[in-house]
Amino acid sequence: MRKPSFWLSSVIVSMLPSAVFAGSADTLNIPAVSMFLVFVSGTLAITLWAARRTRTASDFYAAGGKITGFQNGLAIAGDYMSAASFLGLSGLVFASGFDGIIYSIGFLVGWPIILFLIAERLRNLGRFTFADAVSFRLQATPIRSLSACGTLTVVLLYLIAQMVGAGKLIEVLFGFPYEFAVAVVGILMISYVTFGGMIATTWVQIVKAILLLSGASFLAFAVLWEVDFSFERLFQSAADSHASGSLILAPGQLISDPISAISLGLALMFGTAGLPHILMRFFTVPDAKEARKSVVFATGFVGYFYLLLFIIGFGAIFLVGANSNYLDADGIIIGGSNMAAIHLSQAVGGDLFLGFISAVAFATILAVVSGLTLAGASAISHDLYASVFCKEQPKDGSEIRVSRIATIALGLAAMILGLSFENQNVAYMVGLAFAIAASVNFPILFLSMYWKNLTTRGAFIGGFVGLISAVACVITGPTIWVSILGHAEPIFPYKHPALFSMSAAFISIYLFSIYDRSPQKSTEIKAFDNQFVQSIVGSIEEKK
Amino acid sequence: MAQGTYEKISLDLNFQKLVRDRTAFSWILTGVMLLSYYTFILVIAFSPHWLGVPISTRSIITWGIPVGILLIILSMVITGVYVLRCNREYDERLSEIISRLNV
Repeated sequence: MRKPSFWLSSVIVSMLPSAVFAGSADTLNIPAVSMFLVFVSGTLAITLWAARRTRTASDFYAAGGKITGFQNGLAIAGDYMSAASFLGLSGLVFASGFDGIIYSIGFLVGWPIILFLIAERLRNLGRFTFADAVSFRLQATPIRSLSACGTLTVVLLYLIAQMVGAGKLIEVLFGFPYEFAVAVVGILMISYVTFGGMIATTWVQIVKAILLLSGASFLAFAVLWEVDFSFERLFQSAADSHASGSLILAPGQLISDPISAISLGLALMFGTAGLPHILMRFFTVPDAKEARKSVVFATGFVGYFYLLLFIIGFGAIFLVGANSNYLDADGIIIGGSNMAAIHLSQAVGGDLFLGFISAVAFATILAVVSGLTLAGASAISHDLYASVFCKEQPKDGSEIRVSRIATIALGLAAMILGLSFENQNVAYMVGLAFAIAASVNFPILFLSMYWKNLTTRGAFIGGFVGLISAVACVITGPTIWVSILGHAEPIFPYKHPALFSMSAAFISIYLFSIYDRSPQKSTEIKAFDNQFVQSIVGSIEEKK
Repeated sequence: MAQGTYEKISLDLNFQKLVRDRTAFSWILTGVMLLSYYTFILVIAFSPHWLGVPISTRSIITWGIPVGILLIILSMVITGVYVLRCNREYDERLSEIISRLNV
């Protein structure tokens, strides 16, 4: 176990000199590269430490259940505070002001819902993946297959978006070629998960969350310092520097019609409750009480982070947007509005702080893709292999072996997809991932925990209805049908399908369960009462 | 046997009352979140200019900003409210029920 990690890190370190010469001198960021190396070595050390502690399936999937509520809260927050939110949300505030806040609120409000409805019952009913809870009283083969489809589609979409984003970001920040960036991210994420499982990904996530929160706090503090801690001056300076003036302090064009608004809101709120890599983290704590605490801490950290982003975004408007160093010949910010926070870090803290923030942005990408890969690999090894293929009786050690193979396969797939989608617009993929999570994973999980009359057939058919309708609506909608495929008019008129796909899913699940005439229906309904008690009280076996 | 245990618990009247109280509490809080967030979204969709009104004649800060910040803080605080109630009341009631049933 020791040798592979050292081999890997020496391979990467030896690759770097060639990358250094590949990038031109003025695009290469030396402080950033050195901090990136420090971070990578640190995370590989964590992986080594985690590898020694990973022996059983429980260790690999759920860190042996030994993570505390506070640690898990930080890890979950870390999973959620991706580079897309750090750079994307601050970039949105930079470009459109108040509209960025609308988005961040949407991302946050799902957390209380998870706490009230999902977190504790999920922990009480499952062991490693959310499919454990869904298939608790239902038939394993169809339900696990459905959950695995739901998980893998969400994971792959999210991974492609992250890989392409990572490649582009690293290209700009460190001066490495795109292909090299994708390869480095891919190899590192495969190492973290294969060798260190959930223990490694959790601790990498915690370290990155602390770095990101500290960096963002310093950035926000520096912005407030510039305006003598007066919010009045902050907004006035932003309005004075922005092309739209004081209009940025009010809602803009982001939400143009009520249907899209509600649809997007539903996807953000309930999609969060269906993201497989987030749901997996609830199994890393010892009991429901710690699961509950995790959400409180996670919500606190993420909420605080969004408040910082709001200050950072507005600060960037006048500290970056009005500073010709960061604008190109047409007066547009260099690298696009996603670079607002990065340029701001240099504006307030020089090259050293720029290096730190760049390394942190890279860290966030690595941590998030690792969590996603673990969630995807678990769906393959725990849901498909161990439960369906081996009928819940996998041979000793074979489950972990399959997890590791699945991780490598997923990692390679992510790298190949990242390379193929290099110049495609992948922004819609995260939105689609959330819509699928809200239309497949959330309905089956929620109804299986709360609705007595849910049957296997209902969940199976309804879940696939949700999946197919979400994908179909996006393909025939304005984002793909018009912007990418070039047709004049979209078949499905709205950018956000969740309102329709979620309704389709819930209605189908209901109808197919009620009109289910299969023999196992009554057994499944009768089994609800015991499941319900266990969801509140916890597993008696576990307590012993 | 675990099956018999769960059945025993579910028949207990105190347990049933606890479930009713907890469920009501969870759904009330869920309702608060849904109502606040969707009101905000619908105002933005139908009357966005309400949020564009400055909070005072001497200020450039619009109503949208404190409303947005309050929603963020509400989300954080409401999770704390739920956990405090569970820790102080519901957990105790549950462990009492379980120990009295001798399981």
